[in-house]
Amino acid sequence: MKEVIKIISVLTIVCLVCGFLLSFVYSGASEKIESNTKKAISDAIANLAPFAENIEEIKLGEKIAYKLFDKTGNLTGYAFIAEGQGYQGKIKMLAVIDINLEILEGIEIIESIETPGLGARIQEEFFRKQFQSLSVLPQITYTKDIPENSNQIKAITGATVSSKAVVNILNKRIKELSTHF
Amino acid sequence: MKDFLKGLWGQHPVFRQLLGMCPTLAVTTSALNGISMGLAVIFVLFFSSLVVSLIKKIVPNQVRIAVYTVIIATFVTIVDIFFKANFPQISRALGPYIPLIVVNCIILGRCEAFASRCSVAKSLLDALGMGLGFTWGVFLLGSIREVLGMGTILGFQIMPQGYNHLIIMILPAGAFIVLGLLIALMNRIEER
Repeated sequence: MKEVIKIISVLTIVCLVCGFLLSFVYSGASEKIESNTKKAISDAIANLAPFAENIEEIKLGEKIAYKLFDKTGNLTGYAFIAEGQGYQGKIKMLAVIDINLEILEGIEIIESIETPGLGARIQEEFFRKQFQSLSVLPQITYTKDIPENSNQIKAITGATVSSKAVVNILNKRIKELSTHF
Repeated sequence: MKDFLKGLWGQHPVFRQLLGMCPTLAVTTSALNGISMGLAVIFVLFFSSLVVSLIKKIVPNQVRIAVYTVIIATFVTIVDIFFKANFPQISRALGPYIPLIVVNCIILGRCEAFASRCSVAKSLLDALGMGLGFTWGVFLLGSIREVLGMGTILGFQIMPQGYNHLIIMILPAGAFIVLGLLIALMNRIEER
């Protein structure tokens, strides 16, 4: 009995101390992490939409999108964040789309924990490039062979689930967006 | 002193004990990734060994592994948060491998085999030696793969223009090839 109490108390104390230490470190760093994410988003927009001179944040329900204006003040497109379940966890990306919500300008992966060497390759240029000037009408589709239509991309060999996830997340978000505009 | 030096060569964690193969093979696609991973491991190993060695007398034998794991996980999470806050680029490149230091067998192995049995000072020397040994191992591996696969080292071009990139060196197969050759080389040197 004495042994059991000792085991329980040691485990409890160790976990408590570690928990406090972690919450302390996290509260110190959370602000910086958030500003890093914000910077990653604005960098991604600058990268995908170099024509955007002015960016205006808009709230659509709970989610955020960005209106992109060119030099002369004309609305030229939208940027939006789309996130959803990938193979191993959340995939979060930023996409830029034209004003009619018909053609994608491109995507950037902000956050993902897909399998390195396989699913993580969705971050690589060769995959993301396929989304440049990709038609989203009626919706984006994927194939394991050579893409035939202007709304089709080629899934990564060995990482079909991750590729499919990117496509589905985008389709879902674009559909949501179209109800707002 | 012996406790420190053995990790650098005689009982090298990567080339001799073959511990921590998952991060060794997976993150060494470039020299910088190798160094970052090595530094993260040194930090976690150092503090985990310190704490484990300090509390070795009060931890009941039956739950020691659970306690070590909680301690290691705490330090790993601190490293993860630190990288995310200060080096988002590296944090992205290393991806899930930082959290996976929790199950890096070098750390649990050293805590169990050494820190839980030896004095604090000895444990710290052991942790530093093993950590530095791991770091030079993954740095060397990462450098070789980066030079052959991309023609650069730490991002600087060193191979002449027109060098045909051996892409396989960046892929997982390259990690196995280079690791095998390095272990063979080390065995050869030891034999002499």
